[in-house]
Amino acid sequence: MPKVTVETVDHVARLAHLCLTTEERELFARQLQDILAYAERVQAVDTAAVEPMSHARTSQTLREDEPVSGLATEVALAEAPDAANHLFRVPRVIGG
Amino acid sequence: MSSLTELSAVEIARRVRAREASAEEVTRAHLARLAVVEPSIDAFLSVFEERALASACRLDADLAAGRPVPPLAGVPVAIKDVLDIEGTPTTCGSRFLESYRPPFTATAVARLEAAGAVVLGKTNMDEFAMGSSTENSAYKKTRNPWDPARVPGGSSGGSAAAVAAGVAPLALGTDTGGSIRQPAALCGVVGLKPTYGRVSRFGLVAFASSLDQVGPLCRTVEDAALCASVLCGPDPHDATSANEVVPDFGASLAGGARGLTIGVPWSFLAEGVETQTMAAFRESLQALEAAGARIVEVALPNAGHAIATYYIVATAEASSNLARFDGVRYGYRAPGARDLRGMYGDSRDHGFGAEVKRRIILGTFVLSSGYYDAYYVRAQRLRTLILADFEAAFGSCDAIATPTTPTPAFELGEKTADPLQMYLADIFTVPANLAGIPALSVPCGFSGGLPVGLQLLGRAFDEATLLRLGHAYQQLTRHHLARPALAATS
Repeated sequence: MPKVTVETVDHVARLAHLCLTTEERELFARQLQDILAYAERVQAVDTAAVEPMSHARTSQTLREDEPVSGLATEVALAEAPDAANHLFRVPRVIGG
Repeated sequence: MSSLTELSAVEIARRVRAREASAEEVTRAHLARLAVVEPSIDAFLSVFEERALASACRLDADLAAGRPVPPLAGVPVAIKDVLDIEGTPTTCGSRFLESYRPPFTATAVARLEAAGAVVLGKTNMDEFAMGSSTENSAYKKTRNPWDPARVPGGSSGGSAAAVAAGVAPLALGTDTGGSIRQPAALCGVVGLKPTYGRVSRFGLVAFASSLDQVGPLCRTVEDAALCASVLCGPDPHDATSANEVVPDFGASLAGGARGLTIGVPWSFLAEGVETQTMAAFRESLQALEAAGARIVEVALPNAGHAIATYYIVATAEASSNLARFDGVRYGYRAPGARDLRGMYGDSRDHGFGAEVKRRIILGTFVLSSGYYDAYYVRAQRLRTLILADFEAAFGSCDAIATPTTPTPAFELGEKTADPLQMYLADIFTVPANLAGIPALSVPCGFSGGLPVGLQLLGRAFDEATLLRLGHAYQQLTRHHLARPALAATS
């Protein structure tokens, strides 16, 4: 099984957009190692001939593809931490 | 406990229908009970006194005007704070959503309200439903009404504690790996996780979309049947809601246990079940056998892999679902970030608690390049095997019985330092979520003065058989009539 280091956690945290504290990085590395050691038991089962199951319901009930009105702009923006000119406003995206 | 707060939902609806009690009177009695017990149990994150009384009075006026009486007329309900009610807070037990007010109402709540139920408030939960003790709430620690030093279970711990303490005869919870059944068992109440797809997930904040299901917590199986009849059914807002016929679950209760075969997976139960919990489980099987059920042994050879499978599948889905909490459209935004990436990272680090971050890390890891096949796809294959085990077992029985949990309620703080130990509390409940099948937990006795539960698992869309067996069991036994001392003295 893979050895989980603080660098592993850093890599995954970057993928997940989480800025972790030093204590969290060390704690999670240790705990992730424990959990994966337990999860290692799944490697013991021969599943080569088994189809993966992504969902308990394979058939979905789709409604007719007819346009309906959604949330009004002002309702959709009402919970935004920062909004202006009918748009969500965010900090600088490029450069800085 | 005043007499109105001792009544079942079925009996409250009957009295309101017969005009023997007004919805307002019933609501006031339960709000008064809430005010008395809440300081001891901390089950609620918000209480809607004004809103509840207004809807009760509206219902009374409707009844006085001779309008049709809905099935849950005047029944007080508590709602887990993961289901949206337009214009009221939905926190999910998280700082991230501390001030969030959703612009729509969950279909499950809308159906209850349309059926005449009166929402008293929103109940405490593990943050984003991730946990088995409700200790992961960012706001408060809910106590078990049977022993305030112990957890109520989780993640629907507030709903279970509220029902056990007589604050409401009925509450909604959600169950991704046992979050209705495990707290129901640990608080001595009934909990039903319907078949995946039975109840709309619209307006339910998603944890693991292929596993999440909404269902009732209550004190009698009869109430679970009444509530399920209202909750179940297709919803155009949820493409995974099922188009299956919803039977009148109340009418299916009458059959009794005679003629039904119950399978027991003894080898799955061989290790780790606390002695008195096992003794209560064996007694419940004897009671059902005496009532005419046949008990047989069944095999679930892959069930032992369910916890590992579950914590891979559920965290993978959670890491994806929780990507939406980015500080842009709603919820918390960390102040002072210099750029967008920093804003995402800081908002998520400050807004989420430790367990949520741990699961996002684990879920992102098992989906990441190099590990996806070894963990995520392998877990999906095991999920197929777990479902196949159930399908084979249901060839020789109508329901499968296990204890709901391996132990009664543990102490506050007992498992918080060791996430894996906390995960293992779900050993008997997660297989049903992975297979998508329905499961019911019914109080079946006590271990050291703490309640434990009997779990019944059924074929997909066959809640009726579980409810029939559970009701037969409650007709024969008195465990569900026991009340915590908290309720008797205050």
